Amino acid sequence: MGSMSDVLRGTWVVSYRELLRFVRERSRLVSSIVQPLVFLVIFGVGFSGVIGQMAPGVDYIQFMYPGIIAMGVLTTSLFAGISVVSDREFGFLREILVAPLGRTGITLGKSLGAVAVALLQVALMLIIAPIVGVPLDALMIAELIPVVAVLAVALSGLGILIATRMRSQQGFQILVQLLIFPLIFLAGVFFPIQTAPEWLQVLSKFDPLTYGVDAIRQIMLGSQAGLGVSVFGQVMTVAQEFAIICVFAVVLLGAAIWAFGRQE
Amino acid sequence: MIIEVDGLARSFGPLEAVKGVSFHVEAGEIFGFLGPNGAGKTTTINMLCTLLKPTRGTARVDGHDVIGDRAAVRRAIGLVFQQSTLDEYLSADQNLRFHAYAYGVPRDVREQRMTELMTMVDLADRRGGSVRTYSGGMKRRLEIARGLLHHPKVLFLDEPTLGLDPQTRRHIWDYLLRLRDQEGLTIFLTTHYMDEAEHADRIAVIDHGQIVGIDTPAGLKRDVGGDRIALSVPDMAAAEAELRARYDLQPTVIDGTVSVVVPKGDAFLPELIRSFGQPIEAVELHRPTLDDVFLHLTGREIRDDELDEQALMVQEMGRRWGR
Repeated sequence: MGSMSDVLRGTWVVSYRELLRFVRERSRLVSSIVQPLVFLVIFGVGFSGVIGQMAPGVDYIQFMYPGIIAMGVLTTSLFAGISVVSDREFGFLREILVAPLGRTGITLGKSLGAVAVALLQVALMLIIAPIVGVPLDALMIAELIPVVAVLAVALSGLGILIATRMRSQQGFQILVQLLIFPLIFLAGVFFPIQTAPEWLQVLSKFDPLTYGVDAIRQIMLGSQAGLGVSVFGQVMTVAQEFAIICVFAVVLLGAAIWAFGRQE
Repeated sequence: MIIEVDGLARSFGPLEAVKGVSFHVEAGEIFGFLGPNGAGKTTTINMLCTLLKPTRGTARVDGHDVIGDRAAVRRAIGLVFQQSTLDEYLSADQNLRFHAYAYGVPRDVREQRMTELMTMVDLADRRGGSVRTYSGGMKRRLEIARGLLHHPKVLFLDEPTLGLDPQTRRHIWDYLLRLRDQEGLTIFLTTHYMDEAEHADRIAVIDHGQIVGIDTPAGLKRDVGGDRIALSVPDMAAAEAELRARYDLQPTVIDGTVSVVVPKGDAFLPELIRSFGQPIEAVELHRPTLDDVFLHLTGREIRDDELDEQALMVQEMGRRWGR
């Protein structure tokens, strides 16, 4: 149902509101910045004394910083799912569903909203890059944007997919909490996954965040700092990881569109 | 005819919440769906608004099929639900703009229409405020304004004054009646308040998923069988005999009074008092209300607190599926 123009209008009007909400809710704005910083400071300061260099010229804080950025994208993107559930709880979902927008457009809008919020958040987190000791340049930022955007599409797709099955925010949050930590640890945010047991390494290859963390790390710190994530024995380049994230994005968002369109 | 409904039915699993209703609504009419909670009112409104697929039957709104042409139906209607569907974290203006964008209202029309509607519902000075700070009545008024933003042909209101105090209810009705007069809007509403149903041009009484009566409020009351006159007299037996012999009526004795039913009580009463064979101590004229109509049509009274099992199930299923 819904013509192309309905879908496009749905995409922009829903994503516009997601961004508006993010900017209006100061607490969310602040916590989305502060939470990653807390991780960075506590883990970084706590472990950098114990852990030496992770790679030539890369200390633990520098190693962790790109991972923390990816983690921020993860929490923000899964929030797209929370917003579906809370809209359902507070009734606003009806206002959206009854408008001539098309379900596909609504799902795309939620996802695009997550992309916009994730990019905004990454931009804010990049402010501290010089303090951490990661010099920024224009090329790095130009490479980060597509990676972050596609990663946000994939993870928001996952969030919305879960949200279509959930009736309460609490239920959603419990499920996401169960999911979020394995996703983060398997992705090698805090420790290099290649030193982990074989079975963990295998599992990590099914985690979309793995490729996001590694791609961001390679972009920011150079390929020698990467985890050396390999698929079928081949160590991934940024371009290959980007392609894999794109596949995750298509599959997860496609599933989310399908599931959201099916609910009555 | 702006709404045509033919044999519309909806089941939730084994439960048939709406059992094939047929009716039509003329343009510019205020049409009320009156019935107790769980009678199938909300289920019907959800089907007409394309939020719920009927299991049987057809319905057309403004000429568009509610199954085959949902987008066209949605453009032609405005909706105010029982529960608030506002984004409380945004301001009133932001809520209105979201709606205007979603329905593709052109920019030049939008701002003027927003001002016009917010003035009409007396919220013009609170437009920038967060909806969270609004009272229940203000929220409902804002929702009515929002529902009209895209110039709909029909405004659907599901229990528009539920949970509001009497004064606010009266205000909301002032707005609705003004809208009908000024904009020629068709209003379709559901209610279980009798006094609210009185405002409607026509009423369909719905019970257990079926329409049991449909007419103007006056017509429905007429069908109940006329006005009841209760007389207190010294000699009840003589009064009974006189009423039977002189006026060809069927008096009954209830609670120490002699009671008769006549078509036009207000005209009959002066005549009766003037020429009755014994002095009348007290007289009471009772004209039928919609309560009597409902009692007459269903054999029960509408009560908020007495939901039978079936009605509860319909409510619960409707809530789950309608989302």
